[in-house]
Amino acid sequence: MTTTKPTRRENPMSWRTGTGIAGRPWKGALREYDLFKELTIGLIAVILLVLGASALFGSPDDKAVSLKSWAVAQPSDFVATATAELGGTSETAGYGPPYNSTPGATQTLGPIDLQTLAGVKLPIDTAQAFVLGPLSSLPAPPSGVATWKAASADQQTAWTDAYAKALDKAKNHDPANVAAGDYGPVPAMMRTLTTMATQGSLDSVISAQGKFYNLDYTPAILFMGDGAYLNDLAAGLHLSGDQWGMMNETGNYPGQSWLWLFSFFYQIEPFASLPNADIVVVVLVALLTLALMLVPFIPGLRSLPRVIPIHRLVWRDYYRRR
Amino acid sequence: MTVPTREQVTEHVTDDEVEPFSTWTGRARRWMLKKLPPDKLLPESQPSYVASWIYVFGMGAIASLAVVIASGLVLSLNGPSWWHVSGLGHFVNSTHLWSVEFFFLFMVVHLWGKFWMASWRGGRVLTWITGVFSFAVSIAAAFTGYLLQTNFESQWIAFEAKDALNAAGIGAWFNVADLGQMFTWHIVLLPLGVGAIVAFHVILVRMHGVVAPIDAAEGDAQLANAKEASK
Amino acid sequence: MVPLLALAAQDGGTVYLGWGAFTIQLGNFIVIASMVVLFVLALVLPFPKGRKRP
Repeated sequence: MTTTKPTRRENPMSWRTGTGIAGRPWKGALREYDLFKELTIGLIAVILLVLGASALFGSPDDKAVSLKSWAVAQPSDFVATATAELGGTSETAGYGPPYNSTPGATQTLGPIDLQTLAGVKLPIDTAQAFVLGPLSSLPAPPSGVATWKAASADQQTAWTDAYAKALDKAKNHDPANVAAGDYGPVPAMMRTLTTMATQGSLDSVISAQGKFYNLDYTPAILFMGDGAYLNDLAAGLHLSGDQWGMMNETGNYPGQSWLWLFSFFYQIEPFASLPNADIVVVVLVALLTLALMLVPFIPGLRSLPRVIPIHRLVWRDYYRRR
Repeated sequence: MTVPTREQVTEHVTDDEVEPFSTWTGRARRWMLKKLPPDKLLPESQPSYVASWIYVFGMGAIASLAVVIASGLVLSLNGPSWWHVSGLGHFVNSTHLWSVEFFFLFMVVHLWGKFWMASWRGGRVLTWITGVFSFAVSIAAAFTGYLLQTNFESQWIAFEAKDALNAAGIGAWFNVADLGQMFTWHIVLLPLGVGAIVAFHVILVRMHGVVAPIDAAEGDAQLANAKEASK
Repeated sequence: MVPLLALAAQDGGTVYLGWGAFTIQLGNFIVIASMVVLFVLALVLPFPKGRKRP
């Protein structure tokens, strides 16, 4: 409160305390108000609504997938992905920080490269983590592992490149239909890995990461995400980024409708095809949220309630009896 | 209206007419009671213009938040796998989902109402800012909840969300694929954050009172003649 | 129902409404529509007269 007269006209939409009615304690007419009663009624009403909705609609629970379900459902996709992991050509292998340091892989905003700044804090060597490590953990590791490790880097690349191309050309991309060629120990390793996967032991090995207790599912999720299996399942449920997936839920259940703005940008150009779409959208949404927070300071925007007088409905009794 | 002097305020709120407070505690108490005296914190009346259904949504959001926390407590006490194997667990999970949907529903309508009523007027800008902040922190809290479902959605959301977080450089510290980390965020840090900000927001509302109508003026009947106008 | 918003897709029981690139899942649509409806109702529905306080 101020005792000085304003030297210029005060903006009635201002956030400042000012000298107007809005800035002073209300000294006018009152009506009875029972805070605790209203809270109690509100709580009971909400409890009834929630219990009702839960009883009527329930909630969705789509079973988690695994390396086992992947290898069983789409063995060709599994082998193709595992080959890419071994050859270092998968998306995870070329992701950059925090999993590895791949030059040029990061999402930048001009000169600002937050991704690189963070460093390689969750290092993953895809060949070791997803193929060689699990195979080596077997009671009788396949000889192919030793052969692979003894070969030169160029030789390894040649094998995986050739095998990847052959898989692509094979009928139904089925490893069984691959043409003859020099793929080194790769096909045999893939066969063993697939067996490990379909039997379920690959899930245990990769999730455990050699520890008894492990709640970090990063390797398994990255491995699955590198293939088409996980992505296709999501697309089928309209959960992909370009399907408003971020705010969707499976079935007809409501999802996170409050993520509408975040999802929106991924549906339109230029954002949809940007290589650094994620950082761009994150920054944009952060700025817009900040703008919402600072609405009282934004001229024009803060005067909108006066221009479109919805408030006249809220306080119609007051205005009528002035 | 003049600003009451410190002595006048001290006189009004305490019986200590002679000695000024010398302790931090005493001075803090005086300040708190000046800012929010008990009859303002728990009033029995509201200004006459608080007479619209639009005013119930803030309270609806708080009631929903209480149900969210209660159902969340039951879920976390039984562990993240419970709802997959127990019928009661699945029902409690449903109550958690629907209370969250209602929470955001009421909060958004509350936000729309407050914008069109320009509720930041008269020195209430911090109330507005804390409100938007509550919204943002609630969105983060809800997001981490989805990661704890331990089903296909958790897998997919973790896989997708990692990109935004990695691009922003925080993906290693906020690892969406690490169930242990996300559990701590979702059941401890973010609920505490939401609770603290909402409490601050409500205290500000009680301190400043509900904002007067746009263009309310001194000559209005409800101000000029309090008894007359409240018929 | 908004005439522009027609059935965009139906994937095994899940309904999507929309036009052009903008599709919205039924559940989300109902939630958002409810927000709008409640907002409008809150503005127009009469509020009970309170008891006067001196």
